[in-house]
Amino acid sequence: MKGSVLLSAAVLVMVVIIAPLLGSSHIELGRAFAGMSPDHEIFFYARLPRVILALLGGAALSVTGVLFQCMLRDPLAEPYTLGVSSGASVGAVIAICLGWRATGVASLVGAALVLLIVLGMAVEGRRLSSFTLLLTGVTMNSMAFAVILFLHNLASFSQSFAISRWLMGGLDAVEYSTLAWLAMVVVAASVLVMAYAPHWNLLAVGDDWASSRGVSTVRLTAMGYVAGSVLTGLVTSLTGPIGFVGLIVPHALRLKLGADHRVLLPCAFLLGGAFLVACDTLSRTVIAPTEIPVGVLTALCGGPFFLWLLKSRRRSLWL
Amino acid sequence: MTSFIARQLGFAYGLNEATFEFPEHGLITIAGPNGAGKSTLLGILAGLRAPYRGSCMFAEKEVRQWPKREFARKVAFLPQSVRMEFPFTVEEVVLMGRTPYASGWFQTAEDRWAAEEAMTTTDTLAFRGRDFRTLSGGEAQRVILASALTQRPEALLLDEPATHLDLRHQLSLYRLLTELAKSLLVVAVTHDLNLALRFSDRAMVLEDGRVAGDGTPEEVLTPALIARVFGVQATLHGGHHGGWMSYEG
Repeated sequence: MKGSVLLSAAVLVMVVIIAPLLGSSHIELGRAFAGMSPDHEIFFYARLPRVILALLGGAALSVTGVLFQCMLRDPLAEPYTLGVSSGASVGAVIAICLGWRATGVASLVGAALVLLIVLGMAVEGRRLSSFTLLLTGVTMNSMAFAVILFLHNLASFSQSFAISRWLMGGLDAVEYSTLAWLAMVVVAASVLVMAYAPHWNLLAVGDDWASSRGVSTVRLTAMGYVAGSVLTGLVTSLTGPIGFVGLIVPHALRLKLGADHRVLLPCAFLLGGAFLVACDTLSRTVIAPTEIPVGVLTALCGGPFFLWLLKSRRRSLWL
Repeated sequence: MTSFIARQLGFAYGLNEATFEFPEHGLITIAGPNGAGKSTLLGILAGLRAPYRGSCMFAEKEVRQWPKREFARKVAFLPQSVRMEFPFTVEEVVLMGRTPYASGWFQTAEDRWAAEEAMTTTDTLAFRGRDFRTLSGGEAQRVILASALTQRPEALLLDEPATHLDLRHQLSLYRLLTELAKSLLVVAVTHDLNLALRFSDRAMVLEDGRVAGDGTPEEVLTPALIARVFGVQATLHGGHHGGWMSYEG
C-alpha cells in the first residue's frame, strides 16, 4: 500500500518539476529565479500557475470519479454524472450571453443550485437513495444541455465562439490567490473523503452490506455527494468541463492496484493530478504555438493507454 | 434467556403482526411461500428495515435504538447474494467484517487473525487472494459467511444461504451452522424444508406476513401445514429424525 502511494507521489513530483520547463518558448530556470525577463514572467505567471491548476483539477476530478463510481456502484459514473458540472456550464453560458465577466462566479452559482436540487430530490426523511441521486443527476444533465443548446442558438457569433470554447474545457493561467483557495478546498475535501476510505469499500459492495457492518450509509452518501460536487463544481468553474480524467484514471488504477479505497483514493489524487499536468503540457507543446484543447488530449492519451491496460489484464480480471 | 423478542411486528409491506421470541443460541429456520415476509422479517431483525410497526427488541433494547456500530458487533447479516462491481479480493471482502471494531484506517493483527480464522472455518483460505468476482456462487456464499463471522456476532442472520450451493456444500454449510448454533443464535431463511427438517432446532413458517407455525421441526413441518401454506401435498418418509419429505403439486 505504502509503495503504491510513494511511487504515485514520486511520479507527480517528477511531472510537476518537468512540466513548467517545457513550452513553445525555451526558458532557463536560473534566469527565471533571478527575475530576468521574459523567463521569469513565462515561468511564474504563465506556466507554473497553469501546472498547479492542472494538478489540482486532475486530482479533484479523479478523486470524485472514484467516489461517484463507488457510491453509485456504477463503473460508468464520472464527476459529471450527477449534474453539478452541467449546472456550472449553464451558469457560465448565461454569464457569457449576458455579457458578464464573472463567468467563474456564475458557474459556481449554477453548480451550487444543481447540487441543492439533486440533494433535495434524493433525500426523503432520513433516507437517501443513490438510485434517485443518479436519476436526478442524469435528468439535470439533460435539462442543462437543453438550456445550453437554447442559449447557444440565441447567442451572437462572438458569444457562440466563447460558449464553444468554454464547453471544450481548458486550462489557463489564473492568479495565485485563486489557486490558494482552490488548493485549500481541494485538499480539505479530498482528505475528508480519504478519511472514510474503509467505509467507501463497504458502500462499493452495497447499502445493506455497509449498513449491517455499522456504517451510517445515508450520512456517508450525502457527505460523498456534497464533497464530490464541491470538488467538481469548483474545478469546472475554473477550467470548464474536462472529460475522461474522472472516468479513466480511477479504472486504470483499479486495474493495477485493486479496489481498496485506502490505496485507490490517495493514488487517484496524485496520479490524476500528474495525468492532467502531463496532458496539459502536451496540449501546449505538440503543435506549438497552437494549443490543443486539453479535454481532447486527455481522451487521446488516456484512451489508448486504458485499452492497452484492459487488454493486458482482461484474462486475470475475468472481464 | 432470549435474544430477539418481537411483538406484533409489522412493516409497510410483507409482514403483519408477527410475535415470537428467539433464544440466545440454536438454529432457527424460517420458511414460507414467496412474498410471505421472510426476507422482510430478517431485514428488520438485522436493523436494515425501518420504520417497523410493533416492537422488535434485541438484548432487551429496541433494534432501531441500537447504535449501528455496536449493533454490528452483536448481529451479522448475510444477504442472498452480493453483486460485486469492483475487483475486491476475497481477503478484503472478509476483512470488511471487522469494520465495527476498526479504530482507524489500518487493520490490526487481531483483525487479520479473525479473518484467517473465519476463512479456515468456511474453507476459503485457499483462494484468499482471488478477485471475488471470479468465484462460483458457492464459493462467494462461503466468503460472505466468513465476512459475517469476522464480526464475531451473537446472532447470525442468513437469507437463503444455500441457494447457490451444490448438495455437498449445502450439507456442509448446514453442518457448520449447526456447529455455530451451539454458541450463538443462527436464523436462516430457507426454501428447502428437508434442510430445515434435518438441521434446525426450531422451525418457523410464515404465511401472508403472519406466523403460521412456530416450534420444533417435528411440530411445525407437518404435511397438513405444508398443504395449507404451500398448497402442495407432502409425504414424510422415515419419521422426522433423519427423515425427508417428498412433494406432489
